[in-house]
Amino acid sequence: MKNILLFLIFLIPFSFNSYATIEIDITEGNREPLPIAITNFFHDGSEKITNTDLPSKIRDVIQNDLESTGLFNSIDEKAFIQENKSLHLKPRFADWRLINSQGLVTGDLKIEDERLKVEFRLWDTLAEKEIEGLVLITTPDNWRRISHMIADKIYERLTGEEGYFDTRIVYVAEEGPKNNRVKKLAIMDQDGANHKFLTSGKELVLTPRFNPVRQEITYLSYFKNLPRVYLLNIQTGIQQVVGDSPGMTFAPRFAPDGNKIIMSLAREGNSDIYVMNLNSRVVERLTDSPAIDTSPSYSPDGKKITFNSDRGGSQQIYVMDSNGRNQKRISKGSGNYATPVWSPRGDLIAFTKNFQGQYFIGVMRTDGTGERLLTENWYQEAPSWSSNGRVLIFYRETKADSSGKGHSASIWSIDLTGFNERKLVTPGDASDPSWSKLIQN
Amino acid sequence: MNKVPQGLTTIYGSNVMIFKSFLRYSIILISALIIAACATVPDETVSSSSSSSSSTSSGPQVVDGVYVGSETVEMLAVDVPDRVFFAYDSFALNSNAQDTLSKQAAWLKANGSVTIAIEGHADERGTREYNLALGDRRANAAKDYLMSQGISANRITTISFGKEKPVVNASNDKAWAQNRRSVTVRTN
Repeated sequence: MKNILLFLIFLIPFSFNSYATIEIDITEGNREPLPIAITNFFHDGSEKITNTDLPSKIRDVIQNDLESTGLFNSIDEKAFIQENKSLHLKPRFADWRLINSQGLVTGDLKIEDERLKVEFRLWDTLAEKEIEGLVLITTPDNWRRISHMIADKIYERLTGEEGYFDTRIVYVAEEGPKNNRVKKLAIMDQDGANHKFLTSGKELVLTPRFNPVRQEITYLSYFKNLPRVYLLNIQTGIQQVVGDSPGMTFAPRFAPDGNKIIMSLAREGNSDIYVMNLNSRVVERLTDSPAIDTSPSYSPDGKKITFNSDRGGSQQIYVMDSNGRNQKRISKGSGNYATPVWSPRGDLIAFTKNFQGQYFIGVMRTDGTGERLLTENWYQEAPSWSSNGRVLIFYRETKADSSGKGHSASIWSIDLTGFNERKLVTPGDASDPSWSKLIQN
Repeated sequence: MNKVPQGLTTIYGSNVMIFKSFLRYSIILISALIIAACATVPDETVSSSSSSSSSTSSGPQVVDGVYVGSETVEMLAVDVPDRVFFAYDSFALNSNAQDTLSKQAAWLKANGSVTIAIEGHADERGTREYNLALGDRRANAAKDYLMSQGISANRITTISFGKEKPVVNASNDKAWAQNRRSVTVRTN
């Protein structure tokens, strides 16, 4: 992660409108993607930039972000009629309507005082108006973050929802046969760029989670054959064990304020949920049953916790107050439920369900009603929400044959509507993904 | 964990041993019959007969969901198997498991300075975190049984590997049954 990334953001009003004729309702399933033209960002060439492909690179990142949502269809630049030079002054809207583009993204970039300054505009070609505009300034090597922020702005303007492109994913990179699997923590931008391994693979590592307010990850490590919850500082790479517990700690997540870690502690065959305050190091026990209590997740307001328990005889989903009171089951259907995660919007809980030998990723309301299954597979689990609560990532494994061949693990994403299921690109096999909030420095 | 009277265990143990010997002899006998039968088969099928005396078992490998074979079992000492097996989503010790653990306990008593770690494992099905907890249950079930046989707790540590360290990589019932295990490992 580079040093100070963003310098200044201005919103420049160029004949702003308070409404747009183009807009997207993202709660509809399987809608027709909005045709949009994203042009190379214009650079007048008056000063040299080391990265001469920057204008098209920025365009490519924005295009990829928007298309990954399934809501946009980016028109091939070979079809463009108006060239960049005159476009820089003003769009000839008829040219763009002719190729069926409803939205048009233009922009330019320049280097000023060794800083990269990018200005973009979003146009409605039907209404012939500019509907969004932004200027972003940062260090030149930070052009990807600018591109994601522009894509977020476009997404937000057209859907009314906050974007989720300026985010990262931490996950477990895997390789080797199942009985000798090497696992490393890895981090990447949500579009797969800037991929980096965070651990060496010497120790088994599992289930990483981002701190919502700091550059920090919590995860389970088997360092010295003692499975415990650790913290890793993303910038320094320094790892540190959390607490000094008498038994295995696992399934760690941060509280919304980033100052507490909630986790399971296994003592003499019994796993219960505990919360540790990272500042005071005070530990509070929240569950006390002979059942397995694990996979806890805070509501975004920090007032409630959802978790997985088999206290009723099978794995189900429960909710309790953040002080451990009022524990009650919310999962209602047949089968086993696991890995509950509270949506950042507060309205839904995503989960893994196992029923009749198949695995499902689904969502339910926080009282357990309205259960909706989004996807089914031989094996998949552990959904994680995008920062705007509209997309889920999770991981899948494939079945091995009798000689153990054919096994693989990969990360997938799917919309809340159940559409746009797609596989994420990672250098090797992947599991345990966790999606960060918007980076926002 | 109930204490099993010493005498009863020995009798039961020897019954199991007799049963196992019988099974072994039956397998040899049956294999011999198959080989003899194949020798009289006409020429054109002779080439396929060589596979009929292969290592596919002639008895069930998984009984009531618990692995009963010995393919993945190693020995801590003569006649002291190093592991016990479990049914799906269970940490109950069946009679085979109790028998094995009793042998481990006897060996530990005879070798008073030995310390051990018990590793609890789950098969690949089921969510990762739940399986970490289940592995812990299985390791502690074995530890508790050893303690009930008089082994002191400070000689035993436990560790759960959840589903992270299978011994068999296939995705079928037998492989899963072989992977649901608690393994005793010497630590000194």
